[in-house]
Parts: sequence; C-alpha cells; structure tokens
Amino acid sequence: MHEVDITQPDLFDVAIVGGGVIGCALARRFTLDGATVVLLEKAPDILDGASKGNSGILHTGFDAPPGSLEAACIAEGYREYLEIRERLNLPVIRCGALVIAWTDEETAALPGLVDQAIRNGVADVEPLTAAETRRLEPGLGAGLRASFRVPREYLIDPWAAPHAYLLQAIVNGAWLRRGCEVTGGDFDGTAWRLATTLGSIRARVVVNAAGLYGDILDERLIGRRDFTIRPRKGQFVVYDKPAASLASHILLPVPGKTTKGIVVCRTAYGNLLVGPTAEDQEDRREAALEPETLRALSRRGEEILPALAGHDVTAIYAGLRPATEFKDYQIRLHADRNYVTVGGIRSTGLSSALGTARHVHGLCAAFGFSATPLAEPAWPMVGMMCETEQRDWQRPGNGGIVCHCERVTRREVEEAITGPLAAGSLAGVKRRTRVTMGRCQGFYCTADLAAMTRDRLVVPMAGGGHGA
Amino acid sequence: MAPSIPRSCDVAVIGAGPAGLAAAAELKARGVASVIVLDREAGPGGIPRHCDHYPFGLREFRRLLKGPAYAARLVGRAEAAGVDIRAGVTVTALRPGPVLEVSTADGLVEIAARAVLLATGVRETSRAARLIGGTKPGGVMPTGALQGLVHLDAIKPFDKPVVLGTELVSFSALLTCRHAGIRPVAMIEPGPRATARWPASLLPRLMGIPLLTGTEVAAIEGDGWVEAVTIREPGGTTRRIPTDGVVVTGRFVPEASLLRTSHLELDAGTGGPSIDQFGRCSDPAYFAAGNLLRPVETAGWSWNEGRLVGRAMADALAGRLPSSGGGVRVVVAGKPLKYVLPQRIVANGAPGSHACFQLRVSEAAAGRLALRLDGAELWGRRLSSLPERRITVPLDVLGAWSTGLAEFVVGKRSA
Ligand SMILES: Cc1cc2nc3c(=O)[nH]c(=O)nc-3n(C[C@H](O)[C@H](O)[C@H](O)COP(=O)(O)OP(=O)(O)OC[C@H]3O[C@@H](n4cnc5c(N)ncnc54)[C@H](O)[C@@H]3O)c2cc1C
Ligand SMILES: Cc1cc2nc3c(=O)[nH]c(=O)nc-3n(C[C@H](O)[C@H](O)[C@H](O)COP(=O)(O)OP(=O)(O)OC[C@H]3O[C@@H](n4cnc5c(N)ncnc54)[C@H](O)[C@@H]3O)c2cc1C
Repeated sequence: MHEVDITQPDLFDVAIVGGGVIGCALARRFTLDGATVVLLEKAPDILDGASKGNSGILHTGFDAPPGSLEAACIAEGYREYLEIRERLNLPVIRCGALVIAWTDEETAALPGLVDQAIRNGVADVEPLTAAETRRLEPGLGAGLRASFRVPREYLIDPWAAPHAYLLQAIVNGAWLRRGCEVTGGDFDGTAWRLATTLGSIRARVVVNAAGLYGDILDERLIGRRDFTIRPRKGQFVVYDKPAASLASHILLPVPGKTTKGIVVCRTAYGNLLVGPTAEDQEDRREAALEPETLRALSRRGEEILPALAGHDVTAIYAGLRPATEFKDYQIRLHADRNYVTVGGIRSTGLSSALGTARHVHGLCAAFGFSATPLAEPAWPMVGMMCETEQRDWQRPGNGGIVCHCERVTRREVEEAITGPLAAGSLAGVKRRTRVTMGRCQGFYCTADLAAMTRDRLVVPMAGGGHGA
Repeated sequence: MAPSIPRSCDVAVIGAGPAGLAAAAELKARGVASVIVLDREAGPGGIPRHCDHYPFGLREFRRLLKGPAYAARLVGRAEAAGVDIRAGVTVTALRPGPVLEVSTADGLVEIAARAVLLATGVRETSRAARLIGGTKPGGVMPTGALQGLVHLDAIKPFDKPVVLGTELVSFSALLTCRHAGIRPVAMIEPGPRATARWPASLLPRLMGIPLLTGTEVAAIEGDGWVEAVTIREPGGTTRRIPTDGVVVTGRFVPEASLLRTSHLELDAGTGGPSIDQFGRCSDPAYFAAGNLLRPVETAGWSWNEGRLVGRAMADALAGRLPSSGGGVRVVVAGKPLKYVLPQRIVANGAPGSHACFQLRVSEAAAGRLALRLDGAELWGRRLSSLPERRITVPLDVLGAWSTGLAEFVVGKRSA
C-alpha cells in the first residue's frame, strides 16, 4: 500500500484533494496521462462525502440544461464508462428509464422534456401513451397519464466505479493518503506546499475535488470563495431483493425546478430503491434520516408500484449533494496558481466523473505541463457485486458465504481488506462488498466479520476503543 | 475434508436448527435412507448455538440446558441416527422437482430430492425496517450480532447500550450483556407493557435497568459510533440518553427470502409459507417446520414441530399421505388477529402433524374468538391475549367439513 512514507516523491505533478467519485476519476485520468499523482482524503477511507449515497443511475444527461458544462461532462462520462467498464469488471444494467406523468400539468410538460432530450443529443427517446407505458411496466399504479422512454438510462454500481477508477490509478503509480486533511497551503510560483494532517506534501498542480467542502478548501488554499456549498439532502428507502422484480425500468417523475424528484428503480445489488428527497440543510457532514419522510417515501413508492406494499425494507440511507447557488458545475481554472476547483458536482457526478476528469485534464494544459500518456497501463479488475452478473458465491474457491443476505463470500471480504486499496474501516468493507447491508443487518455475519477483520482495519469494527 | 455433497437424496432439510435436526432424526428413525441437512452457518445447531443461556431442552431432553449444549445434543442425536449434516453451505434457490440450488465453497451445485423440508427459522426486524431516524453510526446491532460478538468472538462491542424491545429475545440480550460485563442504560418498549411474560420481565429490575414503556426511539445520534439516542416519552416529550450502543431486538419475521423468489405460496399473515396440517407447502414436495412457519416460538416447540412434520414426510415418501388438493382454506378476519396456521386443512379427519391451529393477535385483545365456515359459526370461546402470546385451537373444531373458507374472528364477548 502506498501509504507509508518511505519512498514518497518529494514533488508530485498533481495533488488531488478529495476521494469522492470525482477525485477518483481525476486520479485515474492524470495517472493514465503520465502524471505522478497523489490523492488526499481526510476520512479513513474514500467515498465518505457526497459519493457515499446516491441512486446509482448512469445518466445520459437527457434532462441537463442544454449547452451546459454539466451536459457535456455527462455525455463524455457516459461514453467513457461504457467504453472501459468491461476491462475494470464494472457492471451495467441496460434497463432504460420511463419519465412518467401522473397529472395534467406533468403531461403538458412531456413534449418540452422530449425536445430538451433531443437538444442534449439523446435523440432515441420515445413518447408513450398510458397503455403503452403500462405494457412495459404492468405494475404501475393508477392515474398514470403518459410517459416517454429514455432507452439508454442505465444502472451501475455506485461504489465499484470509483473504487475501480482509483485502483487503476494506484496500480499505475498513483499515491493515496487517507486520514489526510488538507488544512492550508502556499504556491511559490512553481509548486504548491500543502499543509495536511499527515505533514506537508508538495505538488506542481492542486485540484480541489473536495465535494461538500469545496468552498472551504478554496478559502484555505486560494483565499476566496467563488461559490457556497448548500448541502441538499436526499433520503432513500431500499426494499429487499424480491421487490426488484416489480419494475424493470428506472421510473422517473417529471422533474421539478430543483431536483429530479422521487425515483423508483432497481439497484445494481438487486434491491428496489425509492428516493431521493431534496432537502436543503446547513450541515455538511450529517445526513439525518427522518422517520416521517421515510414513511412518506414508502407511501409514494406504493402509489407508483402498488405491489410494493408488503415488501420488506432492508435499508434506509441519505446522501448530501454538493449543491451551490448556481445550477451548473463550478469548474474554475486559476492558471496563475496552478490550481483548479472542481466544485458543485451536485447530482450527476457518478455519471459525469470520467468526463469531468477529461475536461479538467484538458484545462490543465494551460499550466504547460506535458506528460507522456502511459503506453500500456494496467487494468485491474474490481469485485463484481452486481446481481445481474455472475457473483463470487457462484464460483469455486470462494471460501463459503459470510454474509448470507447479500451473499458475500469469504474470498470477497478477504480481497476487500488486502491489496493497494484495502478498506480502512468496516464502512469501507461494506462499500466494497456490501457485507452486513442486507435484510438481517448483521444478525448472522457480524461475529464472523469481526473475527476476519480483527487487527486488520485502521478503524476497528467493535470493541477496540469504542467501548469507553 | 468432507466428501463432496451428494447430488441427490431422499430428503433435503434446509436449516440445522431444532426443527430441521429433529425432523432429520425422525426421518432416519422411520427408515428413510438418505437424509441430508444443509446449513449456511459455520456449524449446525441453529439459533441456540449462539444463545449461551438457559432455558433449553426441557421438552426434548428433560434437562435444563444452555443453548450451545442443547444444540450439541441435537446434532449428536441426528448424527447418531445417520443424518448427513453439511454446514457452511447456503441454499440459494428452490425449484420444482424438488431441486435445490446450493452455494458451496466450491461453487454452485444442484441437489435433487424426493422431498424438501424448509426449516430456515426467523430473523429480527432491523433498525432500517423499523425506519428509526437519525444517523447510521456503528454500534447499532441486532441481538444475534451481539451474541455472536460476545460468545463466539469474546468481543465487548459497547459498555452502556440501550436495548430496544421487551420480547423474550430482548431478555436474552440482557443476559448476554450481563455475561460480558455490559451495563445497559435503558430498555425501551413502544407498547404499554413488557411483551414477554413474568418472570423474564423482572430481569431489568433485578439488573437495575430502567424499563421505559410507551417510549419510541426517535433518532440515533453519532458519527462514527453511537453517542446517544433521542426517545419520545408517553407524553410526547423528547429526551436524549447518552449511550454507546443500540441493541435492536425482536419483532421476528420468518427467514422466507428463499420462498419469496420461489414458486411456493407465502402467507401474508405469518410471513412464512402457507401449509396444510401435515406441514406441506403449496408444492406438496416441499414441507416446512419450526419458526419459519411463524414468528416466533421456543426451541422446544419448533423441535416438536420438526419431529411431527418429519413423521409426515416419511409417510409422504411411503405414499401414505392424503392428496394435497382442495380442502378448507383457513384465514383470520383481520385485527386484532394477526395470523393463523395451518392455512389449509385437507382430507379432514386424518391426523396431521399439527393438532392445533396456532394464532396470534397484533394488539391486546379481549372478546370472543370464533371460527366461521362460509359465514356460519362452528365454534367459539372467550379470548384474552396480548401480542406474541401463543393461542391454540384444536383442529377438531372444524368438525367434518372438507371444503370452504374457514375464518377466525374476534367479536364482542357476548356475541
Ligand atoms: C441523494 C443523491 C442521489 C444521487 N444520485 C445520482 C445518480 O443517480 N447518478 C449520478 O450520476 N449522480 C448522482 N448523485 C450525485 C453524485 O453522488 C455526486 O455528484 C458526487 O458524489 C459528487 O462527488 P465529489 O467527488 O464531487 O464529492 P464527494 O463525494 O463529497 O468527495 C469529496 C471528498 O473530499 C474529501 N475532503 C473534503 N475536504 C477535504 C480536505 N480538506 N482534505 C482532504 N479531503 C477532503 C471528503 O471527505 C470527500 O470524501 C446523487 C447524489 C445524491 C446526494
Ligand atoms: C437470541 C435468542 C434467544 C433465544 N432464547 C431461547 C431460549 O432461551 N429458550 C428457547 O426455547 N428458545 C429460545 N429462542 C428461540 C429458539 O432459538 C428458536 O425457537 C429455535 O431456534 C427455532 O428453531 P428453528 O429450527 O425453527 O430455526 P433456527 O434455530 O433459527 O435455525 C434455522 C437455521 O436455518 C439456517 N438457514 C436459513 N436459511 C438458510 C439457507 N438459505 N441455506 C442454508 N441454511 C439456512 C440458519 O443458518 C439456521 O441455522 C431464542 C431465540 C433467539 C433469537
């Protein structure tokens, strides 16, 4: 693991601050293009911010503001994901989406949305009558008016993707420092000296990918704020796997002014999800779950898919979007200081990450550094957690199942806590394997897992310092 | 290394808990040649394997045993009878045939059987399924996880947790805490009184733990690890209790996820398979016994059910069971009744594995329990019951009827 100090370069080409999906994609892009990269993440493991909880949809960008930077990054990110995913062992569920109108007002809005999709280059949308919609999704509730189908909206694994991007960066030479918060820094005209909780780190270029803390990091490093993060919370209710057969498409509402609205869709892990809400809050850290809201989500889910009633809820979670006072992404180049801010990647970062990374890499040409792209980069494969693909429990030599609900094998847990991107905490093991995330929430596997991970996690699972 | 799993057998039992092991031993005793028990855990024994406390074994062994010793005896008895027990293998699909899809350390295999017994037990309702608000820190766990950490791994996950629930299992959690030197700071129950009967309900007082009834957990607080819970007390006031753990106990539901994705019929009331008085499912090659049938009974009860259903399975293999078609469908009218089983009575009069209907209420109920067949009352008696208390009614009350819809209702006392 590249987390020990011994041979760390004295000067990196690029320091990326933030191990969210955007930071991971940036680390990959710069590494593949020949730069020496370090990624600095303040949490004990990556994906601790906005990228911790999202809907897992690979958006086409059909509903993005036409001509926006966001639309361009999504289109490019979408394309590259499909291009590289097999080589990194990343899944895709080609389910398509239906944008459904339930009221007169929503029905009236459909043609405009279709037109917008076409302007965004998503020309294969198909308007459908209520009857046609119902033929595709017989489980839909009463009151359905009309819809249009977006055939290339897909589902992906929201955790495997960033892990794969960063892992590819690391096996091709990038450095990862976790538990490393950037607290300040100076640019001396040619290079940065970043002050971090793990000491100082020098790099020619600094990229701010601090997500929910993007404005704070700008303040710390360049002494100004060009935007203000306004965290927007999204709560979800997740149903157990048997519910996944109730819908084949991603069921989208007609979007409101500020959000995409309540979605019902499967997940890569074979569950069915209802959410997210869109609630503005001050707190950048805590995404509190509220029972009333969760109940309302369940009710909405049951209106959309009546057969959902009676299915078991297996998980509840909430994520925070790094929204700002602006609608578009806040990507700003400070050419005089070898500094780029990649901020306000609000609600489409999973889809756009690879495209956003390419865009930012392109901007950095302005700094005049020329690196030679790696001729034959290594392509590591990440674990496959997607239910529509072959899983480890179906293969020989898996060591047996540890987590019965999510069918996570001993070999998968073992892989999650070893290697260059080993999990540092139980949360990290969960994000890599989904262990304990199922219907029993660890009734059976907690003890096994504690035994397997004993003395092998930076943040111990239980009983190590938490008892006080 | 154990020889590889046979790909065919007379009976495959899923679940090596009290019900599955009792059935398997009974099948062997009745001359069934090959009986194999499959369990996904590292060792056989079911839930009792984790319960390092009394009382187990009174019905089965006429001795008061702790869970692990009890589990070991059940396993010993089944092995002595010639049952082939395989742990560490997970059944992943049920198919007509019957054929089971099984995940082993060596990959997926299929096992064909002449008959299958489902004995997969129950699980506790999680924090997520209860929609408890707040953050998602570490230190929130079901009883099973607590007991696994304490008994199997000698880990003490926290010092002063709160315990949610007052079912028998909640008191089992208290005993585990006492064993590990953990001092719960409160036991929290949304209902008006403790669910479990005396004397278990005396335990908190003996241990000096406040029992807060009529109280809900509004939110869990903490970033990496639990720091406090906010409770809503009977008057609606909220209060913060600092704590370093939350044990989310009870509200069992059958471990029926295999069923939900299979061709077998599920009963909405119990959450388990719909069965007849022989324990047969909607596909008569599949049988079920133990807590999978309903939440939740003692080990002794589940064991006895396993034994009797094992007997019926031996009869079925010998062609001695009445056909499974037709019969009387048995349902509950709704609140306060939660469920009834068996849900079908076929060829009425033949002695079955279940001599009684088992019912439960979902809320405290007092009145008259009656059985109506196609609307006409067949039988009735007084009822006074609380949630999670066993109610039994002899199957005989159905008389000689062999078709129709039988419905249990609770009416006014004088009706
Ligand atoms: C409810 C919800 C649903 C969504 N659904 C989708 C979807 O379906 N499809 C889709 O494409 N997108 C979706 N998104 C959007 C997507 O999740 C975000 O756009 C993306 O996660 C943003 O990633 P990021 O890397 O910019 O930020 P983050 O994930 O917040 O990463 C920033 C990282 O920087 C670290 N950090 C901060 N400050 C410092 C510092 N000073 N030093 C070191 N490290 C620091 C943080 O700990 C964090 O790990 C959704 C978002 C939410 C909240
Ligand atoms: C914490 C706790 C304390 C208790 N204390 C007592 C007590 O003191 N006295 C008492 O009498 N009763 C007690 N009980 C109740 C008792 O444990 C149960 O009644 C009894 O275990 C039920 O037996 P069973 O065979 O139906 O199921 P279980 O014992 O639950 O066994 C089911 C088995 O099926 C296996 N299984 C499930 N799915 C699969 C699959 N897909 N593939 C393979 N295997 C599978 C499981 O691993 C498990 O081993 C307690 C229960 C709990 C939870």
